[in-house]
Amino acid sequence: MALEQYLRERLKHKDMLLMTHVVCGYPSFEENLKALEVMAEFDVDLVELQFPFSEPSADGPLFVKANQAAVSSGVHTRDCFQFMKKVAELFPFKLLMMGYYNTAFKLGEAEFMQSLQAAGGSGYIIPDLPLEEAGEMHRLSAEVDLDPIILMTPTNTDARLKTLGEAAKGFVYAVARKGVTGSKTQMDAEVTSFIEHCRQYTDLPIGVGFGISDKTDMDFLRGKADIAIIGTAALKKWEEGGEDALRGFFSELLG
Amino acid sequence: MSLVKSAEDREGYYGEYGGCFLPEILTSTIEELRHCFDECKNDPTFWAEFIALLQNYSGRPTPVTYLENLSKHLGGAQIYAKREDLNHTGSHKINNVMGQGLLAKRLGKKRVIAETGAGQHGFATATMAARFGFDCKIYMGAVDVARQRPNVFWMENLGAEVIAVQDGQRTLKDAINECLRDWVTNMADTHYVLGTACGPHPFPEMVSYFQSVIGREAREQIVDQVGRLPDKVYACVGGGSNAMGIFQGFLDDKDVELVGCEAGGYGPGPGRHASRLAYKDASVGVAQGFKTYFLQNDDGNMLETHSIAAGLDYIGVNPILVNMWENEQVRFEAATDDMVREALQLVMRTEGVIPALESTHAFAQVILEAPLLGKDEVILINQSGRGDKDIFTVADAIDDKHWKEFIKQKAVEYGA
Repeated sequence: MALEQYLRERLKHKDMLLMTHVVCGYPSFEENLKALEVMAEFDVDLVELQFPFSEPSADGPLFVKANQAAVSSGVHTRDCFQFMKKVAELFPFKLLMMGYYNTAFKLGEAEFMQSLQAAGGSGYIIPDLPLEEAGEMHRLSAEVDLDPIILMTPTNTDARLKTLGEAAKGFVYAVARKGVTGSKTQMDAEVTSFIEHCRQYTDLPIGVGFGISDKTDMDFLRGKADIAIIGTAALKKWEEGGEDALRGFFSELLG
Repeated sequence: MSLVKSAEDREGYYGEYGGCFLPEILTSTIEELRHCFDECKNDPTFWAEFIALLQNYSGRPTPVTYLENLSKHLGGAQIYAKREDLNHTGSHKINNVMGQGLLAKRLGKKRVIAETGAGQHGFATATMAARFGFDCKIYMGAVDVARQRPNVFWMENLGAEVIAVQDGQRTLKDAINECLRDWVTNMADTHYVLGTACGPHPFPEMVSYFQSVIGREAREQIVDQVGRLPDKVYACVGGGSNAMGIFQGFLDDKDVELVGCEAGGYGPGPGRHASRLAYKDASVGVAQGFKTYFLQNDDGNMLETHSIAAGLDYIGVNPILVNMWENEQVRFEAATDDMVREALQLVMRTEGVIPALESTHAFAQVILEAPLLGKDEVILINQSGRGDKDIFTVADAIDDKHWKEFIKQKAVEYGA
C-alpha cells in the first residue's frame, strides 16, 4: 500500500499517528531490534531508520554521538539495508530511510533506490538534499513508488512552501522550530499557526517533529498534526534504561 | 582578468562540482546572502570600499619579495613570494573576513560565527567582529585548540567566545558542522563567516572573490619587478582560498602554470594525509553543503586526515579548483610533513622569512622543482601566512632544546 494511503487508513482509527526514529547500529543492531519491539507494542505507525553518516550536520548532540559511534563500529550502508529488510519482515509499521545525501550519492542513486525498495522501505528523508538538487532522486523514487519526504520549515516563504507542497509525497514533515534535532520546542501559538500555514500548501497528512518529548506536547499536537514525530526523546530514554525506560516513556506519552 | 564563472545553466556549479546542499530551514538565509553578494559584486563602490578597508586597516597592499638567497641556493629559477603573511592577523584570511564583515553589515546581522582550523581564520574573524561591533563565536576542533593555543589566546582576548568542538575527529570539518548547527538555529541575526572557499554556494565563489585581491595585486607587482609574468605560481591548498586568491590573477595568462600544493602528511594512503587531488585516495561526494572530491570511504563516510599544518587538515577542496584541475588549468602536488619541516628551516635561514606551516607546503614543492628550471625562469609563491603561530608545533618538530627548557620553566612558574 502506498504510504499516503496507509497513513489515511490508520488515521481513520487514530486521532494522531506516531513516527519514531532509530539510528541503525547504535548502540547495536540487536538493541535496535529490542527498541523496535517496544515501539511495535505501542502500535507505532512509522519508523525512520537513520543510516549513520560521519558528518551529521543537521543533527543535535545525541544523534551526532549515535551516528559517530555507529560509523566507528563499522556499520555499512549494506548492513542498514539488510537490517531494514529484517525489520520490514518482523514488524507491521512502515519504514523510511533517514540520512544524508552522500550515503545515496556514494552508493549510486539508482542502486540506492533499488536497495531501498528491495529492503521494504516506503520512502526517504534526506535533510541535506534540497529540491533544487533532488531532481534525479525524485525521478528514480517515483519509478519504484517510493516517496521523498519533504520538510516544511518556519523560515520558508509562501512561495517556497507552495513549491515544497507541489513536490511532496506521502506526507509532509513540518519542522516545528529552527535548530537541530533534540532540543526542547516550546509548543505554542506559533507552532499552531505554522502547522495551519503548511496546510494551505498541501493536502497530504502533516507530521510534526523537532523537540517533541512528552505527553503535554502530544496533547498539544492532537487535532493539529496528523503524525507526531519522536526522535531524540526516545533514544535518550533508551540510554537511560533500555527497554523498560522506553516502555515507560511510550506509556506515559500515549497514556 | 576573468573572475570565476559558474557553469552557464547551473548557478553555483563549476563543471560537476559545487552546488548548495543545505537543510530546508536555511533556504531563505542562503538566498538572502546570495542576493546580497550579487548586489555587492555589481556595485562598483563596494569593491572600492572593500579595498579602502584593507588598505587602511589590515595593511594592503602586501609586497612581493624577491627571495634572492633561496634562488641562488637552489641554483635554478628566480623565486618571488607574495607576502600575505604581512597582513594584520598574519595571513590572507583577513581579506575574506573583512569582505564578509561588510556583507554582514549590509545584511543587518548582529552576530558572526566562524569555524577555524589553524586558528588564523578565527583570529581574523574575532578581529573583524571587534572592529565592526558584532558578537562573535568561534568553533574550533579540540585537537586544533590543543595545537594552536596562541591563536585561541588572541581570539578570546579580542572578545570572541571560542568553543572547543569535541565531536568527530575534533578538527576543521567538525568545527564546520558545529557552525552549520549554530546557523540553522540563529540565522535570523547571525552571519556564518565561512573561512575557506568551500561549503554551499555562494561561499566558494564569494570567498574566492574577496581573495582575488591577492592575485590582482601580485600580477601587477611581479610584472613591475621582473618586467614579465611568472612561469609558475605556487600556493598551498587546504580548502583553497589562498590558492584561488592568487591564481585568479593569472587565469587569462595561458603560459603561467598554476600549481596547488596539498598536505601530504605521512605520505599516500587513506588516513595518512589531507591531499584530495594529488594523491588518489579521494573521490567525489557531497558533504558540508557542496559536491567535491572528499577523503571518504566506500560508504561516503569521511576518513581521518592528517597534516602537520592544521589549516590544511580538511577532507574537501574548493570546487572551482577541482574543475580547473580536470580541465588541466592547475597541477596538484602534495608535500609531506618531513618535506615541510626541512623547507621551513631552509627558508628561515636563507631569507629571514617565517612562512606558516601551511604556506611552507608551497615552498617545499618549489624547493623540489626550482633547481630543475633555468635561471631565467620566474616562480611566484603565495606566502599565505606567517609561522609565528606555529611556534609550539615547529619547536616540537625540530626538537628545540632551549624552547623545551623555557616551557618547563614557565610551567614551574605557573605552579604546574
